[in-house]
Amino acid sequence: MFRYIAKRLLAGVITIWFIATATFFAMHAVPGDPLMNDKAVSDEVRKNLEARYGLDKPLGEQYIIFISNMLRGDFGISFTQQNRRVNDIIREHFPVSAILGIFAIIIAALGGILWGALTALYRNRLPDILIMLLVILGISVPGFVFAATGQLALVHVNAIFGVKVLPVAGWGTFSHMLMPALVLGLGTMALLTRLMRTSMIDVMGEDYIRTAHAKGLSKQRIFLRHQLRNAILPVVTVLGPQISAITTGGFVVEYVFAIPGLGRYFVQAVQQLDYTVIMGTTVFYGAFLVLMVILVDILYGFIDPRVRVSA
Amino acid sequence: MNYRAHDLKREDFAPLEKSQLDEVVARPSLSYWQDAWRRFKQNTRAIISMYILIALAVFTLGGPLLWTVDASKQNLNQTSQPPGLAKHALVVSAFERWTLPTDPSRPEYGDLPPEELANPEGLRAAEAPNTQSVRITWRPVAEAGGYNIYRHTRPPTSMQDLGLPLGSIETGNVHGYEDRLNLKQEDYFYSVVATDGFDEAETYATLQLRPQLAITREHALEQGLSEDPRAGDTVTLAFYPLGTDYLGRDMLARLMEGARVSLFIGVIAPLAFVIFGVAYGGFSGYVGGTIDNILMRLADFVVALPFLLFMILFKIAFGIGPGESGVIPMLVALVLLSWPATARLVRGQVLQIREQGYIDAARLMGASNHYLIARHILPNTMGVVLVTFTFAVPMAIFAEAFLSFIGMGVAPPTPSWGSMCNEGVKTMLSHPHELILPAALISITVLAFNLFGDGLTEALDARMRGRE
Amino acid sequence: MTKGFLVSIRNVISFLGQQRLWAFFCLIIPIVSLAAVNGETRTITISLTEEPPQLNSMKATDQVSIFVLGHLMEGLVRYDPRGRLVPGVAKSWDVEDLDYTFQLRDDARWSDGKPVTAHDFVFSWRNALDPATASEYAFILYAVKNGEAINKGERPITDLGIHALDDHTLVVTLERPTAYFLKLCAFASYLPVQEDMVRAKGDRYAADAGDFLMNGPFKLEDWVHGASLRMIKNEHYWDRDNIFLNEINADYITSDTRARLNLFLDDKIVYTSLDGDTYKDALANQLRIRSFTTGSVFFLEYNHRDGRLTSNLNLRRAIQYAYDADEMVNKVLATPGNLPGISVFPVWLDGVEGKFRDEYPAPKAERNIVRAREYLARAKEELGGDIPPLILLVGNSPTASKQAEYIQGELLNTLGLDIRIDKQIFKQRLAKMTSGDFDIVGAGWGPDFDDIMTFGDLFASWNLNNRGRYNNPDYDQHIRTAMNSVDTLTRMEAMANAQQILFDDAVVLPQYEQGVIYLLHPKLRGVVRRVTGVDPDFTRARILP
Repeated sequence: MFRYIAKRLLAGVITIWFIATATFFAMHAVPGDPLMNDKAVSDEVRKNLEARYGLDKPLGEQYIIFISNMLRGDFGISFTQQNRRVNDIIREHFPVSAILGIFAIIIAALGGILWGALTALYRNRLPDILIMLLVILGISVPGFVFAATGQLALVHVNAIFGVKVLPVAGWGTFSHMLMPALVLGLGTMALLTRLMRTSMIDVMGEDYIRTAHAKGLSKQRIFLRHQLRNAILPVVTVLGPQISAITTGGFVVEYVFAIPGLGRYFVQAVQQLDYTVIMGTTVFYGAFLVLMVILVDILYGFIDPRVRVSA
Repeated sequence: MNYRAHDLKREDFAPLEKSQLDEVVARPSLSYWQDAWRRFKQNTRAIISMYILIALAVFTLGGPLLWTVDASKQNLNQTSQPPGLAKHALVVSAFERWTLPTDPSRPEYGDLPPEELANPEGLRAAEAPNTQSVRITWRPVAEAGGYNIYRHTRPPTSMQDLGLPLGSIETGNVHGYEDRLNLKQEDYFYSVVATDGFDEAETYATLQLRPQLAITREHALEQGLSEDPRAGDTVTLAFYPLGTDYLGRDMLARLMEGARVSLFIGVIAPLAFVIFGVAYGGFSGYVGGTIDNILMRLADFVVALPFLLFMILFKIAFGIGPGESGVIPMLVALVLLSWPATARLVRGQVLQIREQGYIDAARLMGASNHYLIARHILPNTMGVVLVTFTFAVPMAIFAEAFLSFIGMGVAPPTPSWGSMCNEGVKTMLSHPHELILPAALISITVLAFNLFGDGLTEALDARMRGRE
Repeated sequence: MTKGFLVSIRNVISFLGQQRLWAFFCLIIPIVSLAAVNGETRTITISLTEEPPQLNSMKATDQVSIFVLGHLMEGLVRYDPRGRLVPGVAKSWDVEDLDYTFQLRDDARWSDGKPVTAHDFVFSWRNALDPATASEYAFILYAVKNGEAINKGERPITDLGIHALDDHTLVVTLERPTAYFLKLCAFASYLPVQEDMVRAKGDRYAADAGDFLMNGPFKLEDWVHGASLRMIKNEHYWDRDNIFLNEINADYITSDTRARLNLFLDDKIVYTSLDGDTYKDALANQLRIRSFTTGSVFFLEYNHRDGRLTSNLNLRRAIQYAYDADEMVNKVLATPGNLPGISVFPVWLDGVEGKFRDEYPAPKAERNIVRAREYLARAKEELGGDIPPLILLVGNSPTASKQAEYIQGELLNTLGLDIRIDKQIFKQRLAKMTSGDFDIVGAGWGPDFDDIMTFGDLFASWNLNNRGRYNNPDYDQHIRTAMNSVDTLTRMEAMANAQQILFDDAVVLPQYEQGVIYLLHPKLRGVVRRVTGVDPDFTRARILP
């Protein structure tokens, strides 16, 4: 087991190195650079700026400097927010995204498993049809719409009740998290519902379920002990990368609900070609993703002992 | 059966003759695929989905042949019209700027403080208002240093609720205003407040009017609404059954043209990356070990790359010229960056299925790897694969919209459902039809593929066989 | 069926309930949060559109940073609510030829109590021009003697035409007579900076609330990056008796107009701007909408480089007469406050005694399709046949795309020109603008200072912001005349000639002068909107009882 984890971690490090390298060279290949701005600057100022940020060195040398800094855990200072270190940006904003993301995942997972199981148990009957229609609506409408309508709904609720039931935007307390997490988790919830349904239908047809019924086990026990556990593998497969995507992404939700998360920085960094932030966030995201995937693979073994990942 | 014991006779116990008909096969023997197809045809969901898909195909391919309106023709007289019947408009002569009525006998600035300025009296329309311009005038207020003009769509209730601030007049002797801001044929309530040049008085005068829908002679000629339009004629404006968008373009024509792009990307891209993902993930999961490790790390690598950055890079690498629609490059880019999710999912399924009893049994019976994968493993992953596909369809449509937004993909004015949704979101509450129509079409498409997927699962699922 | 359904749900829920997750969910407590306006504590809450990237006044370039700095710092002079220049740190000044002698207040203090001295100005101006600092707004200090030479590295920073006679007397020598120099002094780059602080903090200067000193009406108390900013009244400010507010909280950072409207409706912030869709909500909620013309001009810039189709005058004239500025403002932008674009010089610029545009009305090309087509025919002759597709470079913001599509449709309709829209993200667009890889580009310009020169020299051949590389010696001559003279009449005459050239040569196609509509909390008074400088200015705002 530990050998397996060690091998995986090593592979993960190599993967991260590839990610960093590909991103670094892609970033420099794209036209434009972080120093360009609306107001043009004179050549002298431009030369000074380049020298100050080390952008006048040949590309290979910049790459070596970057890798050596990265190994020391130093991602430099942001070009756009000139007084913040990239490490600080990640350190301050990631926990916000993470908490919001985890909350969203919990909602999505619980909801997805619940609705998915229901549609499978009541296949082709009213609950199934209703939930499936909602799922389809959930993925056909852009996420922006849900965020905007969700926020508007809060405004109306607050107005009707006269007291501020839930805050409309911002961050700081638990009630700030509710609506954003719900909106953030909607897409994943829809996906998990569908996956759960398919998986459950597959499992429900299995012989051992019939055996369990015949043995006289209660419906709950069958559901929890047999159906759920066997059907949950695809859900877990998806959850891993989804967790890393949601905790570091969620750009739209952060934008609409004024949440100081990391998602914004991913998108804005590319638009502004903020080299240091792009590298920092990409490597961080890559590391997080790799970890989540390793976790998921290990989890496979626990959920379904028949599955041997390390063949 | 009600036999009583004494009714039974010896003959009853005579042996029966063998009959040839005992073991006749009642129906022809069907292969797996024939059975699947038969069950698919009978499945309600599948039938509905087929109808919807056929309808979409007709809409996309046949629609433009029947409805030949140009999707990129702008009509600034009829922006953001909701769906409805054709309207009639008055023909007017070309616009000439109004010389605002000025009273030279009055000074430009007065002496009174704002709270003592009186109500503007005699507020009226200087001529019949139409959607080309509304000209209002009033009697100048003594000692005024200027006026503020507001416009509302309902009667104002107080000084704080006068409506949109249209503009200000900076001197006290000008007593008229010409409004041209986005005029529609609806009730407007104009309010005029006197100012001392900086601050407002405390009373206002209101005028209600309804501009007549108008069109200039040039536009009427240009749009072919009349042979020889003269000022004062009434013409019927172009009919837009589903309304228009923010630049006055026909929604129906745009939806039809957008269908081509969106359905192409929305079907081909997911198909491509699902097929690739299934092959990749299936192989990886089946083989296992180090190869599985390497292949999956490659998948991780692709996922971790910053999407936007690499899209920009692809755009340059494919050499898409400015303003050209790069649909194929976008397709390739989308596929290249989206396959890992499917691959990972399929791999997980394969890992699970691989350990099932029947696989070992088949292998013991001499089945080759190829046979095992094609005949046993892949059909059992179908459920999950179809779910991924149905989710990939709207994802591809919105990814395409996002890419068009950043300049990759279709170039304006070519529409696509996703980009129409993006535009529609901005006017979600004031002109909901701009969002609802494309979103509804996307929903219908997703519904169709979902039902199709469900029907396919039920038809293909080996466990369902013989259990009707 | 229903019973079974409910039983199943109950089973699942009881399972979950046993896991004690519900306790977690019962933490929903309606929070008592700050209202937008608090009359007792004299606090207001606002939102920022983004995290201020740079609060070092010597390097700040963007709107948000300048807005924040405008509340925290004060320069030699400042603007009053009516837009007049009044004493700031300098209580009086004398002008003699190229020499300005400023007398600084005795009671101007930094937030740590130390007095603001003439040395602080000397230090900050030198530092801003120092090529090592690489400040992007250094050019605005070129008015001072040797400023440009220093910034180009040709002279040491001690050669700058500024020195402190004593702690409270500052002498500035100009490079050439500059009529608007005092107005420049109100700009962020001219703010004073305490040398000791900068030396102590080095690169970390102004990185956090505790890393710099403020001499303005407010000081920065808390700064949670990316989340919030808190400014409280500076008790050392010399004019503190006229400052009503005790605290300005910037609790929300988002640029989504709808989110800000929702915050306003929820009584969480005192100010938000509106756009074409959100204003209808505001009206429905019976809120008072205000309008303000921001002073920025938006135009289509042509590429005048050799070999480009747009370097042909007749082609540009054809477009000039085919364009309807009214339609752009009334139907496409469709919000109040925008003015049709007629001239590169906006209406708010001062002329000799009144407004420049009143005294020197801009020549106007009224839409005339027939004439436009004549020009087009001439252009086709000169260019040898049909005109190939022209490339219109725009950014990816929704308003920019909307305008670009409108222009594309209009030019196709009226002139049969094929316009290809090249949508690029920010940096890629800048790269293309710098390398001249476009035919037409959607551009805009906001004033840096309150004088006609901020727009005038845009198309001078030496200006790097002249992206189309328009090069006309006559035009350059007029600009030089205006730059070198202090006589207002001479300057305005020169600029009027420049305006005429811009029209005759169809150098750019003015589209509109930007206006914004916004909401302000009804209990707030004294909030000033400005075309140049701090906008909106909450420093001297008051809360009604």
